[in-house]
Amino acid sequence: MLLLDHLWIIPLLPLLGSAINGLLGSKWPNKAVNSVALGTTGLSFLFAVEAVREFLSLPQDKLPFPPQHYFDWIVAGNFRAGFDLQIDQLTVVMLLVVTGVGFLIHIYSTGYMAHEGGYYRFFSYMNLFMFFMLILVMAANYALLFVGWEGVGLCSYLLIGFYFLKKSASDAGNKAFIVNRIGDFGFMLGMFLLFRTFGTLDFVTVFQKAAPMQPDALGHLGVLTVACLLLFMGATGKSAQLPLYVWLPDAMEGPTPVSALIHAATMVTAGVYVVARSHVLFTHAPTAMLVVAIVGCATAIFAASIGLVQTDIKKVLAYSTVSQLGYMFLACGVGAFSAGIFHLMTHAFFKALLFLAAGSVIHAMGGEQDMRHMGGLSKKIKWTYMTMLTATLAITGAPLFAGFFSKDAILLASFQSENGGATTGHALYAVGLFAALLTSFYMFRLIFLTFFGKQKYDEHHVHVHESPWSMLGPLVILAVLSIFGGWFALPSFWGGPDYFSNFLAPVFGGGESAAAEAATHALELPLAGVAVLTALIGFVIAFWLYISRPGKADALAKSMSGAYNTLLNKYYVDELYAATVVKPLMWISTNVLWKFIDVGGIDGTVNGIATSAKSIGDTVRHAQSGNTRSYAVWVVIGALVVIAVIFFWPAAGLVSGMVR
Amino acid sequence: MVPTNYYLILSAVIFGLGVVAFIFKRNVITIFMSIELMLNAVNLAFVAFSQARHQSDGQVFVLFVIVVAAAEAAVGLGIIILTARNRQSLNVERVDLLKL
Repeated sequence: MLLLDHLWIIPLLPLLGSAINGLLGSKWPNKAVNSVALGTTGLSFLFAVEAVREFLSLPQDKLPFPPQHYFDWIVAGNFRAGFDLQIDQLTVVMLLVVTGVGFLIHIYSTGYMAHEGGYYRFFSYMNLFMFFMLILVMAANYALLFVGWEGVGLCSYLLIGFYFLKKSASDAGNKAFIVNRIGDFGFMLGMFLLFRTFGTLDFVTVFQKAAPMQPDALGHLGVLTVACLLLFMGATGKSAQLPLYVWLPDAMEGPTPVSALIHAATMVTAGVYVVARSHVLFTHAPTAMLVVAIVGCATAIFAASIGLVQTDIKKVLAYSTVSQLGYMFLACGVGAFSAGIFHLMTHAFFKALLFLAAGSVIHAMGGEQDMRHMGGLSKKIKWTYMTMLTATLAITGAPLFAGFFSKDAILLASFQSENGGATTGHALYAVGLFAALLTSFYMFRLIFLTFFGKQKYDEHHVHVHESPWSMLGPLVILAVLSIFGGWFALPSFWGGPDYFSNFLAPVFGGGESAAAEAATHALELPLAGVAVLTALIGFVIAFWLYISRPGKADALAKSMSGAYNTLLNKYYVDELYAATVVKPLMWISTNVLWKFIDVGGIDGTVNGIATSAKSIGDTVRHAQSGNTRSYAVWVVIGALVVIAVIFFWPAAGLVSGMVR
Repeated sequence: MVPTNYYLILSAVIFGLGVVAFIFKRNVITIFMSIELMLNAVNLAFVAFSQARHQSDGQVFVLFVIVVAAAEAAVGLGIIILTARNRQSLNVERVDLLKL
């Protein structure tokens, strides 16, 4: 019970590390900065493991473990938001993913960032990110969750713009921050609506009050539906879903460990976490669920198709992340919350691994990110190749790898979804399956372009070298997790329990897992077979285009140049947003807000006051002529005026009263 | 007994003369004297009221005014002597440095 009473230690440690490194680290050698950053995150991980152990050994009658109240944060009228942390099965999963993967990426960063400037600054931001992310997943009310939510956004901004002297990097940081504001706007409105409806933002109370409510009918915009849609709007911003996904590909301007930690493994999954955490509300709002499923599914296919033709190794992974996040939302949207969280966890493993391995490739190539200038690296950087191949197999859903189980669970759940009719579910399944094919294609394309084929770089300029063990170690650990991380669900294939969804059952309730338990086993194997076959097709196409017939890909791109250019330019979404949102906003800001209201209205008022004061003074100062007798005249006139007032204006109270 | 009004009218006339002299004369000494004239017109009004209302407040005020006038005369004459020395003139028009 030691740590369960002191949950605050877990998030506080990274904050401490961030403060120490940020305030004192500028003059320290890298080793000192390392020991602070790794020490605090490592301790935080150990404490999290210990807290989880204590939580799991709690007797049945002590569950669910009540939120721990540490102090009141905001008390205003009947609104109360405390600094309350909680731990339940969902938090356990998130806690271990965040601290575990976060710690591995910190280790990796010590190797990757060793020769970069601003070393202490990097680790200070990274630790600060860990703090906010832990607050986000441990918060016991929406207000505190929002603190973490905004805090990780801030750290994301700081780290995307880490190379702030580079214009594109600082622009990308701004873009991420501003696009997220749109989502956060919805999130806040959602919180307001929840407070208005339930009178509190505490998870426990809100869900208790919401549970007995009548679910809104499909197509009917009740309070819960609107609240869920608003919360989901926040989630689309943070988790890079349509239509707010545009910031994530640009976020790749940040250092690669940042892409791995923040823009793949943890922060971008916050939206999925919020939807899963609010599952009580969402299950009462079928319309919102359908929207979540459709948006997730559309994002999955949309981003995957863009990923087909990208040439920057990190951009491919970025679109892949957007696509996989779409899968998670698809799972939540069809009510398979535990499948969504399962995919969140396995994705954290293999996508972090993909990014870290890509970072290792970039490191080996001396900063080159364009896959067209790589090729034939498999023999030179063997460890990187092996681990990256593992992650690719995991993400494409090769049997027995982690992604196989989680993706299979999602596709199964969407196939069975009855929300909006069985046809909708089947359509979602078909689109999801097609996205899986695209995923398989672009991932193997990445592997083939990078590690196979002819060497396309100049040996004299690029000295290819394997990364140090501080980088390879985390790769290997994550590779192991990418293989075994999905085995919680393995027994369900021969009719056994799915340990992962059973573990989360106390949070998500028995409703979802029991719903189609019987039909599941009959469907599970055929559907898994179909998924594997689809992935295999993607692999074969990639193999055919990039290995057996090199040059065929370019010819194909030429013959379908319209489609190819549309994909290469990301469906012109950035251009569309620039024309419809950014340009009009800029025009209004420049011509109305700046030149008219600011210059004319505000500056005009201020300058006008100054000018009029000056001109009045200019006029009046002539009265002070220095001529004594003219002063005397003024005195006399003044005296006459006073006398006149006293005698002819009796209403001037006090003065006339004195005379009488 | 002379009615109070007469005193007040006389006081007003003397005060008016003082004001007119103050405004229209150029000689500093004359201006100074017109100030004395105004002060004494006020003194006359004070004692007239004091007598009419059978209260001694007015007379006390007159003593104050005389003291202030004496002090003012001392300071004022000192200033006048200094200006006269510096400018070789008693014309008040030429003392106009106090302006913007």
